[in-house]
Amino acid sequence: MMAILPTLAIFAYVRLYPIVDTLRLSFYKWDILSKRKPFIGLENFRELMGDHLFQSALINTTIIAFGVLIITIPAALVIAALIFYRTRSRLSGFYETAVFIPHVVSLVPAAMAWKWIFDARLGPLNAALSFFGVEPQAWLFDPVLSVICIIVLCSWQALGYAVLIYLVGFKNLPVSLYEAARLDGASGPQSFWHLSVPMLKPITLYVSVVTLISGFNVYAQAFILASDAQGAPGRQVRVLVLDMLENSFRNYRVGYAASEAVVLLAIVLLLTLVQFGLLREKGKA
Amino acid sequence: MTISSDHNAAEHGEGRSLRRKKQIVDVSIDVFLFVVSILMLLPLVFLVANAFKTPAEMLAWPPTIIPRDPTLENFSAVLGETPLLRWIGNSLSFAVMSMIAIVATSAIAGYIFGKFRFRSMNVIFALFLATAVVPFEVYMIPLYFQVKALGLLNSTWGLLIGYLVMSFGIFLIRQNVIHAVPDELLEAARIDGAGEFWIFLHIVLPLLRGPLGALSVLAFFQAWTAFAWPMIIATTQSSYTIEVGLALFQTGFTVDLGRLSAASATVLIPSILLFVILRRNFVQGVASTGMKE
Repeated sequence: MMAILPTLAIFAYVRLYPIVDTLRLSFYKWDILSKRKPFIGLENFRELMGDHLFQSALINTTIIAFGVLIITIPAALVIAALIFYRTRSRLSGFYETAVFIPHVVSLVPAAMAWKWIFDARLGPLNAALSFFGVEPQAWLFDPVLSVICIIVLCSWQALGYAVLIYLVGFKNLPVSLYEAARLDGASGPQSFWHLSVPMLKPITLYVSVVTLISGFNVYAQAFILASDAQGAPGRQVRVLVLDMLENSFRNYRVGYAASEAVVLLAIVLLLTLVQFGLLREKGKA
Repeated sequence: MTISSDHNAAEHGEGRSLRRKKQIVDVSIDVFLFVVSILMLLPLVFLVANAFKTPAEMLAWPPTIIPRDPTLENFSAVLGETPLLRWIGNSLSFAVMSMIAIVATSAIAGYIFGKFRFRSMNVIFALFLATAVVPFEVYMIPLYFQVKALGLLNSTWGLLIGYLVMSFGIFLIRQNVIHAVPDELLEAARIDGAGEFWIFLHIVLPLLRGPLGALSVLAFFQAWTAFAWPMIIATTQSSYTIEVGLALFQTGFTVDLGRLSAASATVLIPSILLFVILRRNFVQGVASTGMKE
């Protein structure tokens, strides 16, 4: 019973304390360089509202998070349904593994592969496009296109996880319902649309929130794809975590960075509450 | 008589065409899934292929998929010029230590939360769960200063501070303790005079082998692929993890894509092999993250 104390102590030190400290710092003008670190109330947050770098980071991050969501969820649902339908096929293990591998491989090497694919001069994407007569694009140097590239990379990684969770969901659906539907003459796509999709709603909700939250924490993908050779990361695509780290470690404004972290936390909490709210509503209905 | 046999034949024909139709559907679904699978793997195939290309072929237009005359040049260059093996070593020791720490803390705390369900315990457990919502990125800056105060920057121990506990791990073990460790068994052992520690070691742990295995794989890969945290904690070349080393290596002035790919492939291939071997464990672990109800 007392054996839990070390774990509790570790937990308090590496988890609780820094979370509380983030909240505390966000109300202080806490700069590494200055000796005085006065309490300034909501001043950091007020400054954030007028900060163009922060705004563009927030907008980019939101676009990326929702972009990944819109691509990943429908694709994952369809792919999971098809893999489930072909469970008895000899290849189903291969499908599962292939779709899931991008989710587990180290992020940086994988991002490196995509960097080459998107490369304007040497990449196969432009080669393929020019084959179809499309003008080559400077994928990673255009502010809009590079956001799309990050969305593609993040979706590629997120897909496997979503498929896996959906597969678990499909395996838990009652078989009898599908048999009844088939006897009533429902086709495969029909029972997918009218049975599976509504019944998997709680799972869709869960996967959506997880995908969105990890989308809001995007950092490494932007760091690799949108950094140039001079080592000035994030010139094209600024995201929240990057802006936060830059404020903290390049501009030495830790309190200000903490207030950004609090905004990130608020977004995540909001998403989680929405998830629970919708789940409860569904439970009542 | 004739009418009914005609009818039978028609039904037969219909059944055959239905079966044929189902076969066509099955095959086309297989083709579709196969194409999707290949597309998902394609970027990684490209990367490995690039690792074997000569500098001249790397610059060729249109780009080739399979290297024309494969060379090991890139691998020997990258191993000779960068401390790649050192970075892999750093990542490996960080991941293994984190795995041990997470498995130990989760097993102990999960067991106690699962078996001693007093009010105060449940409150603490709720706190554990609640903080799981907070992304690591939110509180890593204060944690950085804690590590700095301990004087552990640029060390594996410093990295480890961020990856000692995992709320999900504690949750997973607690659920399994509740469902898979019968009270009667523990009572019987206590009556026989076994100590609590002995019970934990010899009765509880063996019963939790499955979930602990899944958790170790998850914890290992979590630390192995960590990026933001090592990025701020490890700032000297000798303390980089492989992820940080590669990321900064690619922003250098003399970026050579072939060497970069070779370095990436050196990291990717073992981790993909490891994943394929441990797939069952991993899938079980990840799948249970979705079962929060």
